[in-house]
This record gives sequence, structure tokens and C-alpha cells, in this order.
Amino acid sequence: MTITQGGPHSTVDQTSAKRGMNLTLRIWRQSNPSVKGKMVTYKVSDISPDMSFLEMLDVLNEQLIMQGDDPVAFDHDCREGICGMCGVMINGQAHGPQQTTTCQLHMRSFKDGDSIDIEPWRASPFPVIKDLAVDRRAFDRIIQAGGYISVPTGTAPEAHSTPVPKKDSDAAFDAATCIGCGACVAACPNASSMLFTAAKVTHLGLMPQGQPERDDRVVNMVHQQDLEGFGGCTNIGECSASCPKGISMETISRLNHDLLGALRAGARPKS
Amino acid sequence: MAKTNSVFKKVVMAVSGIIMLLFLIAHMIGNLHVFQGAESFNDYSEWLRSFGEPALPPRTLLTVIEIVLVVSVLAHMWAAIALWRQAKRARPERYVTKKSVVQTYASRTMRWGGVIIGLFIVYHLLDLTFGAANPAGTDATPYDRLVASFQNPIATTVYVVALVLLGMHLRHGIWSATQTLGQSNRRRERTVNAFAVAFATLLIAGYLVVPAAVVLGLVD
Ligand code: HEM
Ligand code: SF4
Ligand code: FES
Repeated sequence: MTITQGGPHSTVDQTSAKRGMNLTLRIWRQSNPSVKGKMVTYKVSDISPDMSFLEMLDVLNEQLIMQGDDPVAFDHDCREGICGMCGVMINGQAHGPQQTTTCQLHMRSFKDGDSIDIEPWRASPFPVIKDLAVDRRAFDRIIQAGGYISVPTGTAPEAHSTPVPKKDSDAAFDAATCIGCGACVAACPNASSMLFTAAKVTHLGLMPQGQPERDDRVVNMVHQQDLEGFGGCTNIGECSASCPKGISMETISRLNHDLLGALRAGARPKS
Repeated sequence: MAKTNSVFKKVVMAVSGIIMLLFLIAHMIGNLHVFQGAESFNDYSEWLRSFGEPALPPRTLLTVIEIVLVVSVLAHMWAAIALWRQAKRARPERYVTKKSVVQTYASRTMRWGGVIIGLFIVYHLLDLTFGAANPAGTDATPYDRLVASFQNPIATTVYVVALVLLGMHLRHGIWSATQTLGQSNRRRERTVNAFAVAFATLLIAGYLVVPAAVVLGLVD
């Protein structure tokens, strides 16, 4: 395959092609949700270390299309680490060996001759649609159960009308960086969605605007994640260590704290 | 609550675990009477049985402790099994390749380790409480039963393995319970984990000195 770097002003000369890596990929292929999938081995060559992981998969797919084969389905959108669409297990780690999104993982994290296993997120609430693409709408339903605040729409309110202590706004912002990618579920030995839900509960629960619905929010979101079939959290910490946004375990403690308070105050799930 | 909330199950696990933990502290300190000689140890055992007499009937204190512990063990196991099954349902298809990044060995062994600890508790009661599984038999004094058990290398090995597993269970359990009860935060995380390691190590060391003393012939 050709590599796309280089150009008249590039310091990379012709011999740079030698830097291209040859890799063996073992990828989960599953043509639809109802059939059993399996790992299939592919070879790619001349992969530039500057490519992103998804660009490497694009190279593979071009190759497959040229050969008349079915390209590997994988999710992606922004390719800049902010949308949360991408995400696969790479050699057994959610989003691969760096703590970032799959689209922001670069091939320099691998060496020539490496063998890379690529699998979809595995959790029964995240059924495989095809190959590496999974249905993450269970997260949307958790959000619908309480991950919102009720405010009148219209002109944006004057920013200074509701002061927020700096400490709270910083912590809320940290939690708000969750992009809903699902790596926490994928990495968790229990397939628990606790870190995701806890990020939302923390983000909204720290803001004055989030107070009116605070008790109902936590009770309903936890109820919904149980209904979806996610596992229960046992505080292992794989989620936080795999989260591209580094959402902390503290958010889970905060969720538990809010939940206990809400149950004591009599809040009960809607359905 | 129609379907018991998964966090509620964790709270049951945490509270029952803490109750058992408080018992374990008292039990460990009680065991150390062995270093004051056979008489002191047997008197302590007798005191537990006659506590509050004659105002209270015999074995009142022990019976209360036993009921609380049986309820705790059952509640703890109920929650553990329910969460175990929930986790199995949540990931029916396992990864071909899976690497853990930060998972501790202690947290990995919570479930099977817990089962082994449960079996050990049954053996331990048959051995030193009821004497049915004890080399010295049911008629021996508590002190003689203890010495007889730890003079048997197989029984001693069982105790040591179970206690080390229990120590690991508590190392993760203390951290996990702090999270479950909503008492942790980023600042406290290190302290909680350091405390969990130190506490579990000290507690288990406190238990292990007794068989060690018998094996080394300091107590016979
Ligand atoms: C009867 C056998 C036992 C079984 C099957 C068992 C099983 C478990 C399991 C599966 C967990 C959850 C682990 C996690 O959060 O990752 C747990 C937590 C815990 N266990 Fe046990 N355990 C047993 C005995 C004990 C004993 C004897 C103690 C005595 C102190 C204890 C104390 C704890 C504590 C404090 C926790 C933390 C609660 C939490 O997770 O929030 N366990 N146990
Ligand atoms: S908490 Fe982290 S890993 Fe989980 S969905 Fe949000 S960004 Fe992804
Ligand atoms: S494609 Fe948007 S985060 Fe990776």
C-alpha cells in the first residue's frame, strides 16, 4: 500500500517507505447480530507510524474492497476524540494501549511485525450490529431516564445569574468530558456501566441547575442501567484506567452517596 | 423496589462485610489469650459462654453474636451470588483476548476466594468450635483442640491458605465498601487503599501468630 506522508518539503525521503510496518491483524468478523462471529486473520503492509488506528483500518478496508471482499465495519465519526463513536478492543484493552480514543491512537504505539487482536465491545446490552460495530443505544436510554435538567428554552440566561463555586464547576466539567464511548463497560470484568452513569450523575449533581431532579435522576438512571442488563460495579477500577477522558472512581462513590441519600429520602424509580 | 437495585445489593454486601469485619477484630484479639497459657485461654472461652450470668441465661452473648453472624454471612452470600450472576448475564460472550490494566489480584479473587472462605468457615466451626473435625475430639478443652489442630500440618496449611485469602478479600473489600457507601473521593483514595492493605495485613498477622507459635513449639 502507499503511504500518504512525504511531499516536496517533507524531510521524509524515499527510504522512509522502509519505516512502514507490516502487521498481522486478527479481527472479529460477524455479518449480523444473529450469527456467530469469529476471528479472521489479515495482513497489512507499509503502515506509517503516523497513521491513526482507524486510518490503518481504512487501509485494510481499501485492500479488502479491491479484492472484492466485505470491508470490516467499525464505528467512527469525528476522528478527533470528542464524539465517542469509535472504540474497539485492541489486544484486549479498550481503545488499545494508550489512554485515548481509538481514533486518536496512533500506529507508533505498535512495532513492525506486531500481531493485533481487534474485537468489538462485549456486553449483552451492547449487541454487535456487524463486525466491530455495536449498538450503544442502551446509553441513550440511561440518559433519557434522568441524564438531563429541565430548563425553559429561549435566550441563553445571563452567565453570572447563577454563581457556581470554582471547585464544583471544575469537578462537574471533568465529569462532563465523558463522551459516552462505552470503553468503561467494555473494560469492566462485570460489564458494568457504572462509570458512565456516575459521570453523568456527578456532572449534573454538582451544578445548581441539576438540583431539582437530583434524587430522581440517580434513582432512575441506576434503575435503567440495571434494566438494560449491565453488570453491577465491584470497584475494580478497569473502567477509569481505560476511559479516554480519565473519568475518576470518585464519581462512582458520589453516585453511591447520592443514591443512598435519595433512597432514604423516599425517591423510587418511575417504572 | 421491584427489582432489587444493584447498588442496594452492594450496600448489603458492604454492611454485612463490615459487621463480619468487626467480629474478626474481636476474634483475633480473643485468640491472643493463647499466649497467656492454657488456663487463661480456657477461662476466656468459659467467660464467653457464661457472660452475664446469672442475670442472663447461659450462652446469651454467644447466641446473639452467632445469629448476627449467620444473618450477615447469608446476606453477604446472597448479594455476592446475585451480582456474580448479573455479571455473567451482562457478558455472555467472553473476549478472545483481554488484558487487565489495574485490576488487583485481591479484587480478581473476591468471588472464588469468597467461596473458599465460606467453606473454610464451616470447617473451622467443625474443628475448633464443635470439635467434630478436631484431632483431639469433642471432649478436649478449647486450648487442647487448638494445639492439636496446629500440630497437624494439613490442618495448619488449610488455616494459612484460608487466612491469606481472607486478607486479600478484606484488602479489596475495605476499599470497595468505602466506595459503595459513598465515602471515598479522589483525595482519600490513596489513604483508603493504604489503610486497606495495612489493616488486612495486621489482622491476618494477628491470626497467623497463633498457628506459628504452635508450629514453632512456643505454645503446646
Ligand atoms: C462466605 C463467604 C464469602 C463470600 C462468598 C464473599 C464474597 C464477596 C464478594 C463477591 C464481594 C464483592 C467483591 C467486590 O466488591 O469486588 C465481597 C465483598 C466484601 N466482603 Fe466478602 N465474601 C465472603 C466472606 C466474607 C467475610 C468472612 C468477610 C469478613 C469481614 C467479608 C468482608 C467483605 C467486605 C468488607 C466486602 C466489601 C463490600 C463491598 O464490596 O462493598 N466477606 N465479598
Ligand atoms: S466514562 Fe469514559 S469510558 Fe465510559 S463512556 Fe464516558 S468517556 Fe467512555
Ligand atoms: S471517532 Fe469520534 S471519538 Fe473517535
